[in-house]
Amino acid sequence: MPAMERRFDIAVVGGGLSGMTAALALARAGFSVAAIERGEPGRVLADAFDGRASSVAYGSRLVLEALGAWERMASHAQPILEIRVSDRDAPLFLHYDHADVGDHPLGWIVENRFIRRALAAAVAETGGVEVVAPAEVVAMTRDDAGAALTLGDGARIVCRLAVACDGKASPLRAMAGIPAWRRAYGQTAIVCTVRHERPHRGVAHERFLPGGPFAILPLPGGMSSLVWTERDAIARRVLELDRERFLEEVAWRFGDFLGALELAGPVWSHPVGLVLAARLTDRGLALVGDAAHAIHPIAGQGYNLGVRDVAVLAEALVDGRRLGLGAGDGGPLEAYARRRRADAMAFVCVTDGLNRLFSNRLAPVVLARGLGLAAVDRLPPLKRLFMRHAMGTVGRLPRLMRGEAL
Amino acid sequence: MATQADRARPDSSGTVDAREIESFSSVADRWWDEDGPFKPLHRLNPVRLAYLKRSVCDHFGRDASSGRPLSGLAIADVGCGGGLATEPLARLGAAMTGIDASDEAIAVARAHAETSGLAIDYRPLAVEALAASGDRFDALVALEIVEHVADRRAFIAACCRCVRPGGAILLSTLNRTARSFVLGVVGAEYLLRWIPRGAHTWSKFVKPSELARDLRAGGALVEDVTGLGFDPLSNRWFLGRGVSVNYMMRARLPEGAG
Repeated sequence: MPAMERRFDIAVVGGGLSGMTAALALARAGFSVAAIERGEPGRVLADAFDGRASSVAYGSRLVLEALGAWERMASHAQPILEIRVSDRDAPLFLHYDHADVGDHPLGWIVENRFIRRALAAAVAETGGVEVVAPAEVVAMTRDDAGAALTLGDGARIVCRLAVACDGKASPLRAMAGIPAWRRAYGQTAIVCTVRHERPHRGVAHERFLPGGPFAILPLPGGMSSLVWTERDAIARRVLELDRERFLEEVAWRFGDFLGALELAGPVWSHPVGLVLAARLTDRGLALVGDAAHAIHPIAGQGYNLGVRDVAVLAEALVDGRRLGLGAGDGGPLEAYARRRRADAMAFVCVTDGLNRLFSNRLAPVVLARGLGLAAVDRLPPLKRLFMRHAMGTVGRLPRLMRGEAL
Repeated sequence: MATQADRARPDSSGTVDAREIESFSSVADRWWDEDGPFKPLHRLNPVRLAYLKRSVCDHFGRDASSGRPLSGLAIADVGCGGGLATEPLARLGAAMTGIDASDEAIAVARAHAETSGLAIDYRPLAVEALAASGDRFDALVALEIVEHVADRRAFIAACCRCVRPGGAILLSTLNRTARSFVLGVVGAEYLLRWIPRGAHTWSKFVKPSELARDLRAGGALVEDVTGLGFDPLSNRWFLGRGVSVNYMMRARLPEGAG
């Protein structure tokens, strides 16, 4: 029996947050899209609480609004009104208040399951996306006409452009022979959600501890999501503890300002590493999100980078189509790569630099970073720039991020 | 299906420079390789297309924001090569005819249009043969070609004959200036290796005044000259006023002419 072959303008490979966002944006731009995911279809809607959450910057919210997904998650989004950055040795170095940059919150924390559900509902409403799941891409060939993806069951998806949203280990990136530059930090990110006695009042905390940054991100319902980066050896031991002892370790770092703590879900962990693709595009292929640039979770910018990738890619493809160029043609892909490279590098450098600066006990470094943060705190223009960067409203913004139509 | 007539090598006399055709034919299979010998044309393509779309829409009063603004217009692409501009213009709705003096280029263009799902009438012809065929077009484009022909004046005259009265001619080429010698020949061919050495003969580059004179001789009136600039920092082309290296020109065949 001949293997089944289906044709689309674009195949989005990977059903994570970036992949779903890409499929939604490209379908709304009028392209026919195949969304290839490993998981069972419908899994998204059955997701129980698992404690994983993402930060959605103001710029990303504008994109999600334009895509019709934000209103479906808004009731589950916790606005970040303040960010307090501190070091172990001194309680408060740097204080970001959203009132300094206008009326908007600095960002929102949303559980991943609500983002997934909102994106899935928006995709279903938009139409134009065929979900191919569960399916795995086992081979990819590319020529002048685009890309052909062979799935595990032998079926083929033929498209003008393949969009790799398949994570930091990106199999598609490897199949295309695009090298990736890696840096291991020797750190593990421990992620969990805690319920606390007193309200967080929308304040996020970033604590720079010797083992790595410890972030407390406010969630709705009197909970906070923790992203605790720790040296591998210590993290391994911490993860072996029972829940009670684990919570003691958390409480010791978290402090008692929100009262008694209680674990509200499973504890997740993953190795922290920087992965940077040597190039963002290749013939008939674009890398998006972690497949293009996986950064340190220090600033919670992972999903936001993916959203910016998607907004710029959709815009480049639509601009190209207006000139008669196909989705896989070099002009639009080159524009995407050119516009994303600089922005992504800025995030890489900032997150990498901060992590290395703060995961350090050397006295001169400790002194210098203290002085540095204190200086930033006293220089409102610099502070506002940092905040705008974190809000995702710096640089030449894609139309979706300015709340405009594609 | 290719017939014997299709395969006949175009006349090496007239405006066709056999040596030029041979050099282009030898790399014809790489027309659509965006990192191959035609990479500079791929890079140039979006900005060229922006000019073509804007110009044709202006000329014929089309709404540039519609999905297929060139619908119903018959456009000839002379010296179409692999169809880098022919295909996008077809996607914008134009009924395209692409001609090239290289059989190999036409074969590549046909195969590629098929994979793109586009119906384009490709013919291995020189422009004199197209003019002799009696077909008349609403517009004719000839991109990066006048600097490669043997007899420019005869070439432009033949282009003018292919266009109906009231139609448009759109050209792009390289100016013959000291700057274009440095950037277009020494820079692009020898230093940056953008294009194969010997691809261009600087003495065949064309001043806008010379091209305008040839167009007037053919009965067309020049309506616009726009420069193409390259910004090495952002690595991109843009439309502007400076015409000292690459430029595009738009001309009109007056009503009642022809």
